[in-house]
Amino acid sequence: MEDFLPYLAVLLPAMTAAISTGAPILYATLGELVMERGGVLNLGVEGMMMVGALAAFLGCYHTGSPWFGLLCGGFSAMLMSMLHGAICLIFQGSQVVSGLALTIFGTGLANYLGTPYIQMKIQGFTALDVPLLSSIPVLGPIFFQQDVLVYLSYILPFLLWWLLMRTRFGLALRATGENPAAVRAAGISPGAVRWAALMLGGFLVGLGGAYLALASMRMWVDNLVSGRGWIAVALVIFAFWRPGRAVFGVYLFSGITAYLFRAQALGVGIPTAFLSMLPYLMTLAVLLASSLRGKDSGAPADLANNLRPED
Amino acid sequence: MFKRAMFLVLALALSCSAALAADAAKEIKIGFVYVSPVGDAGWSYSHDLARQELEKHSDISTYYMESVPEGADSERVILSMARKGYDLIFTTSFGYMDPTLKVAKQFPKTAFMHASGYKTSENVGNYFGRIYQSRYLTGMVAGLMTKKNQIGYVAAFPIPEVVRGINAFTLGVRAVNPKAEVRVVWTKTWYDPALEKDAAISLLDIGVDVIAQHQDSPGPQEAAQDRGAYSVGYHSDMSRFAPEAHLVAAVWNWVPFYLEAVDQVRKGTWQPKSDWPGMESGIVDISPYGKMVPEDVRATVDQRKQEIVDGKYVVFSGPINDQSGKLRVEPGKVLSDQELISFDWFVDGVVGTMN
Repeated sequence: MEDFLPYLAVLLPAMTAAISTGAPILYATLGELVMERGGVLNLGVEGMMMVGALAAFLGCYHTGSPWFGLLCGGFSAMLMSMLHGAICLIFQGSQVVSGLALTIFGTGLANYLGTPYIQMKIQGFTALDVPLLSSIPVLGPIFFQQDVLVYLSYILPFLLWWLLMRTRFGLALRATGENPAAVRAAGISPGAVRWAALMLGGFLVGLGGAYLALASMRMWVDNLVSGRGWIAVALVIFAFWRPGRAVFGVYLFSGITAYLFRAQALGVGIPTAFLSMLPYLMTLAVLLASSLRGKDSGAPADLANNLRPED
Repeated sequence: MFKRAMFLVLALALSCSAALAADAAKEIKIGFVYVSPVGDAGWSYSHDLARQELEKHSDISTYYMESVPEGADSERVILSMARKGYDLIFTTSFGYMDPTLKVAKQFPKTAFMHASGYKTSENVGNYFGRIYQSRYLTGMVAGLMTKKNQIGYVAAFPIPEVVRGINAFTLGVRAVNPKAEVRVVWTKTWYDPALEKDAAISLLDIGVDVIAQHQDSPGPQEAAQDRGAYSVGYHSDMSRFAPEAHLVAAVWNWVPFYLEAVDQVRKGTWQPKSDWPGMESGIVDISPYGKMVPEDVRATVDQRKQEIVDGKYVVFSGPINDQSGKLRVEPGKVLSDQELISFDWFVDGVVGTMN
């Protein structure tokens, strides 16, 4: 029993770390989820996060306000998302190709424009204990001794769930992802709904990038996102396109990563190549399991299809 | 006799005038190819510091390309440098090895030097530095400064170069503090600042009070600074990221090595060879100490540094035990370069596994 004690002892700090390292991925995953529920596949998350991260850094660096930086991050990624919209919704380009191009473009653009700022520091968001709640044993340090963007990330999934499942807009958005013709028949423009999904989702993805610059590093460094955008894309599939399961997937992934690091630090041999495979492995396992049970994956039926002109 | 003397005088005069003419007319053109941006504080930055020094010489002009991906892209970049008539081209990442050899074949008059590889040809040499000697010294600093006798090491990939660094660092720690342990966490990244920062935090969570690293990013330094721990940098002096934490760093100083290569190319004496110089040549060193490092620690480490420079002390000299306590290097023996290049076991004092 005594041998296990240290492994239990690192659980708590691992969970604390999982919440904060998971936050940027959570924002990005929820952003991608909104876009995909509306029927638009956007593989540009990685590039959008990079641009969001740089814009957030620049906004904070030049004004000193992390909140202004956060808005810059959200809106710049929204612009990137609208570029994707222009290509796919107006010019009928392939969503897969446009998304991949967006990733390459966004990563290159952010690295290029960010070069003069490499290593420069900003104040950013630091941990802010919630009064009373932070002194709850065990749960307090894990959930309530974090930065304010993490607290926002607790509320966001509930808001999104409400928006998608309980509002007319959410119904239209989900229907557009499943059957745009039906939406048209109901007198709503599916094109307009997809634009809205892209803008809202893009903004959220940008917040994910902004988190990395404003809270994780509080500094500009090259390639800050380093593949987290792709993890978000994989987690949307893992989550069966549901906000609640997305939250579970994000924290499962960031939790395992954080725990494996600490287990290594204690001297347990865990193959770390496993780490980098993990989100994709999890996604494959879930897809396999659901298809074995004869269920469909829950993907929006019209995902990645462009609207036909008559829609 | 007279003939020979005459010949000598003539030869001297000729070479002098040739040298003068060359100095006046031809400036030597040097190209650098970097794998990452020069602002990264890491490996490429260390080369670029040397390039800037070379540029200060009026008879040397330099040019560089940063963020050049390994593989096909690098071949294109190296080729265009060779076409533009550069006299000497440094390609500074492992993955440039074959592209460098391929381009070099088409430009037999150009000298190429590839860092961190192992292949040579008629006009391609390779080079690296014995940075593990610096690692050993920084390990001594860490071993003397730790209060909990627990030191964390954020490591990149389990390849011989990284393992060699961890082992040298640990030998340094143990030389001054036999009770201390070095705990290793692998990130499987060369550059992911946020992830590497979290890896360092995981070590701090379990109670280490000094963080060392092998990646290019300042992430681990940031973590140590945030948590009020100490840190040991790598590649270049990283104290600007963690002024309160940064004890010392294992650093590169390519200036003397590059100046010598340039000189050889100019004189036509340059030869392609495999070069692995150590601290005696100045190619590797340790950065200035942080202000928290007391005088007696500095004196102890400086003394050992002098012994390494003078060749009186060899880092990997026996007796060395491995993690299981088995004697791997007999007393009086030293590990050969071949063994260092293929290091695949940890010395006693390392807590962690090889994967």
